[in-house]
Amino acid sequence: MKLSGAQILIECLKREGVELLFGYPGGQVLPIFDKLYDSGIRFILPRHEQAAAHAADGYARATGKVGVCLATSGPGATNLTTGIANAYMDSIAMVAITGQVKSHLIGNDAFQEADVTGITRPITKHNYLVKDVKDLARIIREAFYIASTGRPGPVLIDIPSDIQLQETEFIWPETVQLRSYKPTYFGHPGQIKKAIKLIAGAKKPLLYIGGGVISSGAAAEIKTLAEKIQAPVTWTLMGIGGFPATHKLGLGMLGMHGTAYANHAIMDADVIIAIGARFDDRVTGRIDAFAPGAKVIHIDIDPASISKNIRVDIPIVGDVKNIVGEMLEQMKKFPDTSEWLKHIEALKKKYPLKYNKEGDKVKPQYVVEQIYEATKGEAIITTEVGQNQMWAAQWYQYDYPRSFISSGGLGTMGFGFPAAMGVKLGCPGKAVFDIAGDGSIQMNIQELATCVCNKINVKVAILNNGYLGMVRQWQELFYKKRYSHTCISGPDFVKLAESYGAVGIRVTKKEEVRPAIEKALAIEGTVFIDFKVEPEENVYPMVPAGEAINRMIEGLA
Amino acid sequence: MTRHTLSVLVENKFGVLARIASLFSARGYNISSLAVSETMDQAISCMTIVVEVSEEKILEQIKKQLNKLIDVITVTDFTKKEHVNRELLLVKINYSTKEKARIEALLDKYQGKIIQHKSESAIIEVIGEQQQIKQLLEALDQFGIKELVRTGKIAMA
Repeated sequence: MKLSGAQILIECLKREGVELLFGYPGGQVLPIFDKLYDSGIRFILPRHEQAAAHAADGYARATGKVGVCLATSGPGATNLTTGIANAYMDSIAMVAITGQVKSHLIGNDAFQEADVTGITRPITKHNYLVKDVKDLARIIREAFYIASTGRPGPVLIDIPSDIQLQETEFIWPETVQLRSYKPTYFGHPGQIKKAIKLIAGAKKPLLYIGGGVISSGAAAEIKTLAEKIQAPVTWTLMGIGGFPATHKLGLGMLGMHGTAYANHAIMDADVIIAIGARFDDRVTGRIDAFAPGAKVIHIDIDPASISKNIRVDIPIVGDVKNIVGEMLEQMKKFPDTSEWLKHIEALKKKYPLKYNKEGDKVKPQYVVEQIYEATKGEAIITTEVGQNQMWAAQWYQYDYPRSFISSGGLGTMGFGFPAAMGVKLGCPGKAVFDIAGDGSIQMNIQELATCVCNKINVKVAILNNGYLGMVRQWQELFYKKRYSHTCISGPDFVKLAESYGAVGIRVTKKEEVRPAIEKALAIEGTVFIDFKVEPEENVYPMVPAGEAINRMIEGLA
Repeated sequence: MTRHTLSVLVENKFGVLARIASLFSARGYNISSLAVSETMDQAISCMTIVVEVSEEKILEQIKKQLNKLIDVITVTDFTKKEHVNRELLLVKINYSTKEKARIEALLDKYQGKIIQHKSESAIIEVIGEQQQIKQLLEALDQFGIKELVRTGKIAMA
């Protein structure tokens, strides 16, 4: 059967199981949009292409499926790039489809032309410019395969508009054949044996888990491992939810704004079992001072993550779930960690996570705690970037994988709100909260229209302090309180929400916090809650950039 | 800084060279030389890349990052492997008949030859290992080098 390029695309998307597409029309994707019209694939039209990419990303993070976004050539495609880079840094499976000018015009500086494969080369796992309609089905199949296997990541397909119109025999490739791409899924048996031996002899073992645990679906294996070897568990921002936060072996997040006891614990450990994490600079602090006495086992699907920042004693390349599962099967001897756990308990007592709860001002930490209590820990939380993100990470207890959706590697302001749309559409049964700042929310606030129009029931908690708070905090601590351009004004968020047809609630007093959250949860629709919080509240603890991670500023309490 | 020779087999597709080059520039790695050509299999190209690194860790990262590229088939590090390598040099020097004997003696030693000859200059072709080429260039310096071009190293194990 002969199909046009646009028809092939739609047919392939259906066969890949795509049920939801985020995109924005334009001149060079008209043939695709024409075929989308009666395709049966649900289409969400955000108000900015960047939001399409973030929504697809949020959808992917919440569901574990591949997120798909679509934009036209030139500005449509360049607007996607922040979202693509965001997914790349956090290893999120995404396929981005862009229209391109007609093949014969490529390179001619045609209207709305941009070298999109060139621009996205360093921020995609792979990308394609389709030159022949006969290649299209194979390329789409490969794109989904590459995006979702190995260490996941975004793949971009750039399709010139003439290719979308050309017809060819449609042949669905049953299998993908890529001689140069064969991810390793099973760990080397010898390395696994070595790791088991090292763990059995450990006195102070510690699990340090990252986003790989979430993407591999290994949370159950991690819990079993931690309980069997009685080791405390700490996690990165991306690893949140990979181990139950309320579990007694849980240490919370580590790193720059991690708990003090997690940072002390990893410095005191004798064996660090790093699982699906990459020793990012926000985690290690000063690298030569990081965990000097520890032997390191590093389990990761990406060989390039191993020994990139930290010297590793026992690397094991492969899928985290497989490897930890294999280790559990083979383990016979378990370490005695009772002394170590006593030490951990003492650290937890000595350095609790805290904030000043006195007074009747609205503290941002209190807002997050109240959201946790009101949702009984069952919501999916998305965040923007900055103080709001760190408070959301610290003060909500995440017991489940895929319940904390945040821009980790790239740190993209404006991510949380569009991501929340994708999350809600992917998980309609879950309450979804975007914990935002008044700065970040203004970066993609136009998505109020998308939410209202599509009846996407997300709640946005704006921790409104009138500042770009995290930068202001750095200026306070390291730049003599010279608040250079970090004082930011915003609209009346209540009126703004109302003008879009959403509900707006303002909270100025502590006692109004919980009722406002309850009210928002009871409303079937988009709600903005404008929490007027303490303007100069800081995120603590804090490791100054370039310091060892146990050299924290503790703040007031 | 140490030099290492990598032989990289890649899919012979448009854009692959750009992927490799952009990987090096994005991650701040130095390429000393790069030679690219088709192999016996037209679908595969061979790139011989000479890199300069300050520590072993960076060389390891370069190899791993290259391997991560979907279009890279294999990466072979010739550093600790027995291998042969050659480079082709074209060099234009000042030439006068009174220096003829000395120049020819040099060319004999390095198995070079004059491939173009004009009244006051000559273009010399030499194939050799990089060390030999370096020595020859130092020796030719006395006559005055007007221009030179090198292919970059190619290697085989």
